[in-house]
Amino acid sequence: MALLEIDNLVASIGETDVLRGLSLRVDASEVHAIMGPNGAGKSTLAKIIAGHPDYTVKSGDIRLDGESLLEKSPDERAAQGIFLGFQDPVEIPGVNNLYFLRTALNAQRRRRGEAEVDAPSFLRLAKEEAARVGLDAGLIKRSLNDGFSGGERKRNEMLQLSVLQPKLAILDEIDSGLDIDALASVAENAGRLRAAGMSFLLVTHYNRLLDAFPPDIVHVLVGGRIVHSGGATLAKELEASGYQAWSQAEPGLGAGSHHALHA
Amino acid sequence: MQTEVITDALARAYAPGFISDIEADSLEPGLSEDTVRFISAKKGEPEWLLAWRLKAYRLWQRMTPPDWAALEIPSIDYQSISYFSAPRKKDGPKSLEEVDPELLRVYEKLGVPLHERARLAGVAVDAVFDSVSVVTTFREQLAEYGVVFCPISEAVHSHPELVQRYLGSVVPQADNYFAALNCAVFSDGSFVYIPKGVRCPMELSTYFRINALNTGQFERTLIVAEEGAYVSYLEGCTAPMRDENQLHAAVVELVAHTDAQIKYSTVQNWYPGDAEGRGGIYNFVTKRGICAGDRAKISWTQVETGSAVTWKYPSCILKGADSVGEFYSVAISHHRQQADTGTKMVHIGPGSRSTIVSKGISAGHGRQTYRGLVRMEPSARGASNFTQCDSLLIGSNCAANTVPYIESRQPSASVGHEATTTRIRADQLFYLQQRGLNTEDAVALIVNGFCKEVLAELPMEFAVEAQKLLGVSLEGAVG
Ligand SMILES: Nc1ncnc2c1ncn2[C@@H]1O[C@H](COP(=O)(O)OP(=O)(O)OP(=O)(O)O)[C@@H](O)[C@H]1O
Ligand SMILES: [Mg+2]
Repeated sequence: MALLEIDNLVASIGETDVLRGLSLRVDASEVHAIMGPNGAGKSTLAKIIAGHPDYTVKSGDIRLDGESLLEKSPDERAAQGIFLGFQDPVEIPGVNNLYFLRTALNAQRRRRGEAEVDAPSFLRLAKEEAARVGLDAGLIKRSLNDGFSGGERKRNEMLQLSVLQPKLAILDEIDSGLDIDALASVAENAGRLRAAGMSFLLVTHYNRLLDAFPPDIVHVLVGGRIVHSGGATLAKELEASGYQAWSQAEPGLGAGSHHALHA
Repeated sequence: MQTEVITDALARAYAPGFISDIEADSLEPGLSEDTVRFISAKKGEPEWLLAWRLKAYRLWQRMTPPDWAALEIPSIDYQSISYFSAPRKKDGPKSLEEVDPELLRVYEKLGVPLHERARLAGVAVDAVFDSVSVVTTFREQLAEYGVVFCPISEAVHSHPELVQRYLGSVVPQADNYFAALNCAVFSDGSFVYIPKGVRCPMELSTYFRINALNTGQFERTLIVAEEGAYVSYLEGCTAPMRDENQLHAAVVELVAHTDAQIKYSTVQNWYPGDAEGRGGIYNFVTKRGICAGDRAKISWTQVETGSAVTWKYPSCILKGADSVGEFYSVAISHHRQQADTGTKMVHIGPGSRSTIVSKGISAGHGRQTYRGLVRMEPSARGASNFTQCDSLLIGSNCAANTVPYIESRQPSASVGHEATTTRIRADQLFYLQQRGLNTEDAVALIVNGFCKEVLAELPMEFAVEAQKLLGVSLEGAVG
């Protein structure tokens, strides 16, 4: 059975339709990459799956394990197995990184009817995973992302991913801002998690991550719709050709004004 | 943000808001010299105290309520308030066994650690219900150390020389409108005396509860720490939910002699009124301590989550050389709550130091003002102050102001002030929710992070309670 199914999703923010009939299906242990021009709606898609309150779903459906997510709160979706690694993780001064992560883990476990993880076991787990993603011990004890560099924030997203163990990891440009070693470690960790059954939806602009962590399917997202899908080699072709072909082939899917002209 | 993520739509449930069915002896509403005489007679007070009260009453009659605070308060009809209410009892219960079991159940509901729970917590408790002190625990153990911890009405008889010497010595009768009123009609409160060189072996604690309808509560607390003594004292407050406003005008006086330390913590959870601003306690409190001797230290820690209106400035007079004053505060104004709160640090002693850390949280239509005075007298050579004043806003209908007054008449004294205002952002909440926290827990996490320097100053047993209270107080702040 499909893990994630998105049917003909139309979603807006304010007056603008950002997703305009998007469909997608991700099975367990699959890795999907989503590529597309700036402003195409990639981050929007990620946030809508996670339940961001600013967007309105006008039609279509999103299901996880066959169950619609649309009426669920972000925290319910999280407990059901959705994780979003943010393109720009926010900082929250005063909130201790590890305390936050343990609170989050236990909130999810409580909701699933699982036993809470006690402080010593959690600390052991967190330290182990932090070493894997290359976050030093001092950093993980600081306030959440407070004063973290861009790359450190991304590593912190990876730490949270490995600790929270979702079914579906949506990683929005996890590769941007990462140095070469960090990128290798992200790929290695993702590979390990995938082998254990986790599925991935990777939003990326570059092949660097995809080379180290090859996707099963690559989708091209333009103008709020998936206009083309293919195997791992599609990413290479896109790198060579860009998205020009798609914008031209699908009139009105570029800038909003374009759309108005053709409507 | 596109949508109005943050609203104050949900009403908060006030957990301690039950009304207890306890028979009470109440005085008819109204205030006159006769009221003052009645209270004094009821307590069998000596002549000097009655005269002292009457003097305060006459002063009060000529005073007007302060109007400089950023508060909107309807005028209060002092004749419609009852100035005395006591749970009915035979002859003053002095041990737990004699206390009305219904009263004990009230305190149990409130989570007050009376009885064996007190022993476990190592906390000695004085409980003031409406106007009278109901029971004081651990008195025998404390007496072994020479520590006096009893209702002030009793101290008037058992330690008259101490009460007469110190009562009104820090907050004079004519200090302000509410203090004068308190002097005239105060009913009870706690008295603490720590002898020279004694470190009080346990936390002392008083729980205040207003229960009776139309009753004002005017408690009076006096704490004296002799040379080299140490005491940590905590007060907690609750009141039932009622549609009418209730008046609370307390006075707290602290005296720390040479090398003495007094740590005074408050967790104030008076009924704040409902979401539309109906009901709630008017909390006008005068708290002041004097570091009378060299190297004395007074530290105020307050977590103020309740009351419809808060008017409160716990202060330190730093008279001794190298004396230390501290003020750590968390105040919440949610729904229609208004708070004008802060501190005064008056530096007289050379080398005296003060630290002010104020964390204000406003949500809903809450309004909050930090008002702080730092004064360096000419004698305060080398004195220093540091003030950190942070405001956290939740939603767009609330307001926070910072009003620091700095008066320095001593060039070698240093005064530092930092202030920040931040708003809980929707993207921060979404981040926390995406990781599995519900809205309420997400807000609580951010708020507790914001306040942690202050919470860390509370005695351990109460820090957890205070954290929970912050969460409960902000329920519904984000819709
Ligand atoms: N709050 C908002 N109000 C109006 N338009 C918005 C809002 N947020 C996003 N958009 C628009 O939605 C479109 C999709 O944005 P999105 O962030 O999903 O793009 P993206 O594909 O992730 O781009 P990038 O590659 O630059 O990260 C953009 O045109 C953006 O301007
Ligand atoms: Mg994006």
